[in-house]
Amino acid sequence: MLTYIEKIKEISSRLLQEGKVDVVIGFRKGTVPMMNEPCFVKRPEDVDNFVWDSNCGINLANYLANRKEKIGIVVKGCDSRNIVTHIIENKIKQDQLFIIGVPCKAMIDRRKIEAMFETEIQEVIEAEDRIIVKGHGLEKTINKIDVLQENCAICVQRNPVIYDELVGEPVEEKKDVDRYEDVRKIESMPPQEKWKYFDDLILPCIRCYACRNACPLCYCPTCFVDESRPQWVGKSQDPTDTRTFHFLRAYHCAGRCTDCGACERACPMDIKVRQFTKKLEKDCLDLFGWEAGMTLEKRPPLDTYRPDDPDDFIK
Amino acid sequence: MKVIKIDKKEWAGGLERLSDSFLLCGPVKKDKFHNFKELEKGELPDMNLLNTRLSPKSIVYPQSEIMFKYTLDENQKDHNILKEIDKDYSPRGVIGIRPCDAKAFLLVKANFDAPEYKDPYWIKSYKATTFVGYACNIPCNTCFCTTAGCGPFHEQGLDLLLVDAGDYYLSKIITEKGKNLLTAAGWSEKMDAAAAGDQIASMKQAAEAKITARVATNKLKDKKTTELFEASFWEEVAFACINCGTCTYVCPTCWCFDIQDEAYGSSGIRMRNWDSCMYPLFTFHGSGHNPRETKMQRVRQRFMHKLKYYVDRYENGIQCVGCGRCIRHCPVNIDIRKVCDLMNDYEPALDEE
Repeated sequence: MLTYIEKIKEISSRLLQEGKVDVVIGFRKGTVPMMNEPCFVKRPEDVDNFVWDSNCGINLANYLANRKEKIGIVVKGCDSRNIVTHIIENKIKQDQLFIIGVPCKAMIDRRKIEAMFETEIQEVIEAEDRIIVKGHGLEKTINKIDVLQENCAICVQRNPVIYDELVGEPVEEKKDVDRYEDVRKIESMPPQEKWKYFDDLILPCIRCYACRNACPLCYCPTCFVDESRPQWVGKSQDPTDTRTFHFLRAYHCAGRCTDCGACERACPMDIKVRQFTKKLEKDCLDLFGWEAGMTLEKRPPLDTYRPDDPDDFIK
Repeated sequence: MKVIKIDKKEWAGGLERLSDSFLLCGPVKKDKFHNFKELEKGELPDMNLLNTRLSPKSIVYPQSEIMFKYTLDENQKDHNILKEIDKDYSPRGVIGIRPCDAKAFLLVKANFDAPEYKDPYWIKSYKATTFVGYACNIPCNTCFCTTAGCGPFHEQGLDLLLVDAGDYYLSKIITEKGKNLLTAAGWSEKMDAAAAGDQIASMKQAAEAKITARVATNKLKDKKTTELFEASFWEEVAFACINCGTCTYVCPTCWCFDIQDEAYGSSGIRMRNWDSCMYPLFTFHGSGHNPRETKMQRVRQRFMHKLKYYVDRYENGIQCVGCGRCIRHCPVNIDIRKVCDLMNDYEPALDEE
């Protein structure tokens, strides 16, 4: 995966030189270990700012909605599925984009790595499938596969579904992944236990909305929790309001969520926000055979109507 | 200077005695990180930490705080009249607060306890609290306190400073309040003042030497506000920002709030909740106009407030203590140290765009 960066720079530089795009959106090196920062480059001489490693988990499709210029964008499999969703939902036009596709070899979970050590991590070096962690009087090599972002560990679409150019050979997609083991476990709980599970899950929530704002799907001009005329949701730490936010946000993402993991990655309180969206993702698969963002050819099940719908209530 | 030695064997017993006359708060680890919480009887603060994920500002200034209640029932004589809520301002002790977080209360005090405006809730709560600081022998990578008017052994805002010296804490008495807390805990083992002073000074020096992250703030005051406001770097600074409230909510010095009424049936409350300048609603006018409509404007506001408006308004340095939380927890790695340096070094004549 580390070899991709030269190709990313070469393509970006070429696109900018030839005037095919006005801007390229990618990542630059972060200021703390295991973090990179989304950035844009407008001049070919600045493409050296770009980096690519296992710390590029932020979904860059989040930076596209309603932009007017011609854009080059570096995308992983999940990001590309969100771009498909954006195109279907008219948030961006395909001919505005030059998609630089990255066959993704999974992102790492920095919170998981941080929690493995008593002392603070000073430096993290990546060597393909190994991660070398350095701290005060500490140096340890861990296997990357043990510290993946949870959504990456069960990812079945690592290659971009649409792209203009790939930065490397496609990677093999994982088969026979059980994506919903955790969801089934919750489904089998009695109602009271289920309720308690979700209450405990969101107990630490501080209503910062990092999950919502990191999500490419959450582009509403005004989110329902921010509506003030009338105001639908309270602003305090009242559990009812916190629940309302999480439940409704998840439903807004039904049939659209690509399980990119941006929400969970962004949460400053380590809340497993995907526990909500995954259930709806599973339902969409079970009920409609639908996986979001895989094709531009079909409309999502929740915005289509068929006269031969098998359910009676809609007729 | 007076220093009391607290043998760690005496720690739990002292806290137990303290809990008879003080409501105690301390850092507690749940799952992967520490936060401050009210300690149950017999519960000990976990002193094995770098710092808490959220700042302890909520101890004095809760995220949601009810101020008034009212009834809408017209059969009641006092209907539609706001009545103050009874609150508990009995003595409380914050055990293990880092010096940066204690100093932060003083920066916030400039707003809540100003000569012209007094916030009764904040002031009463702050006055009721005794701050037992915990010096940082091992600062974080992201700490830049020494160039933000603070430091790992900084004493401003503290009543006591605890220094971890292995089997015991050195407890430096800073105020009368701190002395009273020690008495209530029954910790009284005196130390030779000069020797204790030397020991603390050398540990302080060692801790400060570990802090390599720094910011430059010396030129901020002399910059023209309008020129900084118009600087071209804001577009680049703001690009990655997703406009969540994480930076403002984890920050020990962000103080903004919103007032809300909530009524259920015929009874209602008026409360205040933390708000964030990152949110569009923060400045949304009743007219429908929003003076800070774009993300860039909101990002600029946060940094201009902390690093320019506050500096000019209070002549008290920057509105930041260098705790580094916003750097550690920003989902997209926006780094206040970089922005501070951009602002401090800004020369309009050299601005290319």
